[in-house]
Amino acid sequence: MSLIALQNVSVRLGGHMALSHVNLSIEPSEVVTVVGPNGSGKSTLLRTIIGAVRPSVGKITAKPGLRIGYVPQKLALDPTLPMTVARFLSLPIRRTVAEMEAVLETCGLPGLAQRQLSELSGGQFQRALLARALLDKPDLLLLDEATQGLDQPGSATFYRLIEQIRKETGTAVVMVSHELHVVMSTSDRVICLNGHICCEGHPEHVASAPEYRALFGTGTQGALALYRHAHDHSHDGECDHDHPHSHPHGGHA
Amino acid sequence: MFDDFLVRAALAGAGTALAAAPMGCFVVWRRMAYFGDATAHASILGVALSLAFSVPVVWGAAAVALLMASIVSTLSGRGFAMDTLLGVMAHSALAFGLVAVSFIDGVRIDLMAYLFGDILAVTKSDLAFIWGGAAIVLALLALRWQALLTATLNPDLAQAAGFDPRREQLVLTLGLALVVAVAIKVVGVLLIAALLLIPAAAARPFSRTPEGMAGLAAAIGVSAACLGLWASWEFDTPAGPSIVCAAAMAFALASLWRVAARQNGG
Repeated sequence: MSLIALQNVSVRLGGHMALSHVNLSIEPSEVVTVVGPNGSGKSTLLRTIIGAVRPSVGKITAKPGLRIGYVPQKLALDPTLPMTVARFLSLPIRRTVAEMEAVLETCGLPGLAQRQLSELSGGQFQRALLARALLDKPDLLLLDEATQGLDQPGSATFYRLIEQIRKETGTAVVMVSHELHVVMSTSDRVICLNGHICCEGHPEHVASAPEYRALFGTGTQGALALYRHAHDHSHDGECDHDHPHSHPHGGHA
Repeated sequence: MFDDFLVRAALAGAGTALAAAPMGCFVVWRRMAYFGDATAHASILGVALSLAFSVPVVWGAAAVALLMASIVSTLSGRGFAMDTLLGVMAHSALAFGLVAVSFIDGVRIDLMAYLFGDILAVTKSDLAFIWGGAAIVLALLALRWQALLTATLNPDLAQAAGFDPRREQLVLTLGLALVVAVAIKVVGVLLIAALLLIPAAAARPFSRTPEGMAGLAAAIGVSAACLGLWASWEFDTPAGPSIVCAAAMAFALASLWRVAARQNGG
């Protein structure tokens, strides 16, 4: 069965609909990437899956005993709170030294257990967040723009690590990312979100879908522009698609 | 030995500091300094009400502190301009409390004792309440420690781990109200926030983990209580403020040490 299934889920946040009529199910071991412009409900989708926001309509069914590892978009560490990497890994469940050393090794942070979190670089910090999520041996790993603030090589390395972890542990991965060109080879499925699911399917399918073009066609983020220029040979002429649109949703691959 | 008023005062100060310091760490980490202020200042209204209805002062103070803390913690999640709102609530609660006290006739009350504490007049039953309250606060924090820390770090991380961050907020709200009730006799409503914040702030530069900071803050708080009492005896100064002064000096020394260590370090 699916790890988790959202049926017709709508979420209202502070008076506006952050998500409407989302149908989504995640299968074991699949890698799903969620793309969408700012304010399109990507983070809300992940926060709905972990239960931090409740849907106003719709139903969420999780496999009994589902273990979710969550890596938040950013973690604002208050400078008044002292926290070593080891102490952080032991929140909220106490871990043994051996467990912590093993996961730090996996995540490329060997020997950093006694370092203060505040002393880590951006990339190391994201890996520490990932390491903590992995300690719970998740069936489903949720990454909310985990590479925000990392440079191109940094985020490429991070995604390679995710790919390797997926292979080794068989965990399903749902990640929010702007960098479709980086996650393209890794993702089984891409979901293009803008309050509702605009289109979904195989990465190449989504990248060429008019709904996706409508969202990212003009004035897009550098990363996506880079993707289009590097991998796509039919330019322009397709960006006149009006959005929000009225066609039936869900152009599946 | 409980017959010596100085011993009772020292025990009262130590018990209060022991509970206030770890609680104060959360106040610092979660940036709730004004929250502590509002809760403490509101308790004077509780004092007035208890005197009017002839119930023990600590119960009235605890009840009003809890009410205030709950209001503030409910509002905090709803996008109000919190610093303004808390500033308004802290000081108006204090003003209403002072006005309410003035309505109470028949009882002559020493307002100063509630504003600045009256640690030298602590009775055996006060002492029982202080240590009982402190024990409850410490037990509450110890039981929920991991969940509280996770929720403090990031509410969504707590949520993903199966804890409701709002429940952890409630635990802190309860603990804070209890600390306020416990501390009224020792430092008075005006200086309770100081007892929460200063030991925690002084402990920060020397700490590597949250537990280390809470433990060190407790040690600094207890030392400040003893030192303040001694100073009060030696120089004939008011006891509550003397305790806060001692803690403030510890903070100043800690800050100096931090600056010096930074310069040496590079």
